Amino acid sequence: MPKKPKLVNKKGIRTDGRKLDEIRPLKLEVGVVHNADGSAYIEQGKNKILAALYGPREVHPRHLALPDRGILRCRYHMAPFSVDERKSPAPSRREVEISKVIREALEPAIFLERFPRTSIDLFIEVLQADGGTRCASITVASLALADAGIPMKDLVVACAAGKADEHLVLDLNDIEDKEGKADVPVAYLPNFDAVALLQMDGQLTIDEFKETIDLALNGCRQIYAVQKESLKAKYLAAKEETEEVEEE
Amino acid sequence: MTSGIISSIRRKQIAQLIASGKRVDGRGPTDYRPIQIETGIIEKAEGSARVRLGKTEVLVGVKIGLGAPFSDRPNDGVLTVNAEFVPLASPEFEAGPPKEEAVELARVVDRGIRESKAIDLEALCIVPGKKVFVVFVDVYILNHDGNLIDASALSALGALVSAKVFKYELKEGEVEMKPGFTELPLKNLPVAVTFADIGGRLVVDPWIDEEKVMDSRLTMSFGKEGKICAIQKGGTGTLTPQQIVEAANMAREKAEELRKFVEKS
Repeated sequence: MPKKPKLVNKKGIRTDGRKLDEIRPLKLEVGVVHNADGSAYIEQGKNKILAALYGPREVHPRHLALPDRGILRCRYHMAPFSVDERKSPAPSRREVEISKVIREALEPAIFLERFPRTSIDLFIEVLQADGGTRCASITVASLALADAGIPMKDLVVACAAGKADEHLVLDLNDIEDKEGKADVPVAYLPNFDAVALLQMDGQLTIDEFKETIDLALNGCRQIYAVQKESLKAKYLAAKEETEEVEEE
Repeated sequence: MTSGIISSIRRKQIAQLIASGKRVDGRGPTDYRPIQIETGIIEKAEGSARVRLGKTEVLVGVKIGLGAPFSDRPNDGVLTVNAEFVPLASPEFEAGPPKEEAVELARVVDRGIRESKAIDLEALCIVPGKKVFVVFVDVYILNHDGNLIDASALSALGALVSAKVFKYELKEGEVEMKPGFTELPLKNLPVAVTFADIGGRLVVDPWIDEEKVMDSRLTMSFGKEGKICAIQKGGTGTLTPQQIVEAANMAREKAEELRKFVEKS
């Protein structure tokens, strides 16, 4: 058995050079898939994830349609080349569960009652996975929803916190996720102080758990700021373009 | 599990009662329904248990066989948990491959067992990288009256506690069975405690009508030393950070109560 790698050094620096409460470099882009009604792309550390949605549109099969509200359908899927050992493209049980929890994290933010008898079909493709893909997927998916002009109460943002060696850390990367002692993904609606997704695996005392939640919510607030900026950036770019055209 | 139709008058009644600290079936917010557990009821399975949680009934069978370990865990036995929502258990269940809810149930039960390190997987290694014991935990829902997660986790634990592993001898790298059994090596006893959030109030062990009304669901699994080992939020509502902390404190107490049923069995 190879020796367990050390995840945090004596100075409190992690394997990728981050401090304990630091999130990974984040890049967000809105409106990246031409055909889709809304789309967005995220890079968070080595995670590279694309989200696109179609709808509100007619529901197929029809019997799934609801008379008083729209339905949200969500597919989280990992590309075969996104991980070290090729992943079969058939949906695994893990992907089925993650699709469900992502849907349940996004639904509270969306005014689905405005779109009876329709569906919003959201597709998330993980092109490269580096730990914390469900959180990054939620962050990018809510941008895709906003890009499509779906009315929402708030952007949903997600970030994990957990325990690596004996330290509580924010935004776990792949090795911290696999070799660490606990992982707590949290999705959050900052304007409502509402938690929309909460999961945990590993082992934590109740006190550690409370601290971990606070840490994760802190991470969510940091990502939220970037999320809002990226949405604005799309419209700023469009505005500049029209201004240029007008000048000509 | 939140699908299914419930009349709006019933919905209102349940929510109003809970708002005043009561419940339609007479329980308090932190009361479980009566729990019964029987173990060793399927002779052909290496371990088995049936849990009755009110009218919810879950049967778990544990089969133990030989197999290869995962390449990234060459020294560990293998645990797999599967759940079947058999159609006889509810008018809302259909035959066919496991749906989203069954997959989630199995994975939440699995996470509780795995993350608490309940089974000593290293002790189930026979030839590192080649041959290990594989523990199959199959959750069979027999009657669905709400809170399948807690009933299934408890039943799975009962089945694991009662499980036996056959004795063996290694002859030139081949496993030969010997007469007699040893107990399945267990290091922890994880139990799951589930809450429903109905109108901002948490109630423990929701039965089916409460599940149809609930905004969200929160499950927390605890190991023996009072450590949290798994959490799963479900449903399309949200929770406040205060509610989550409140739930964690309550769940730790309730977990101790539940564990006693397995220790007695």
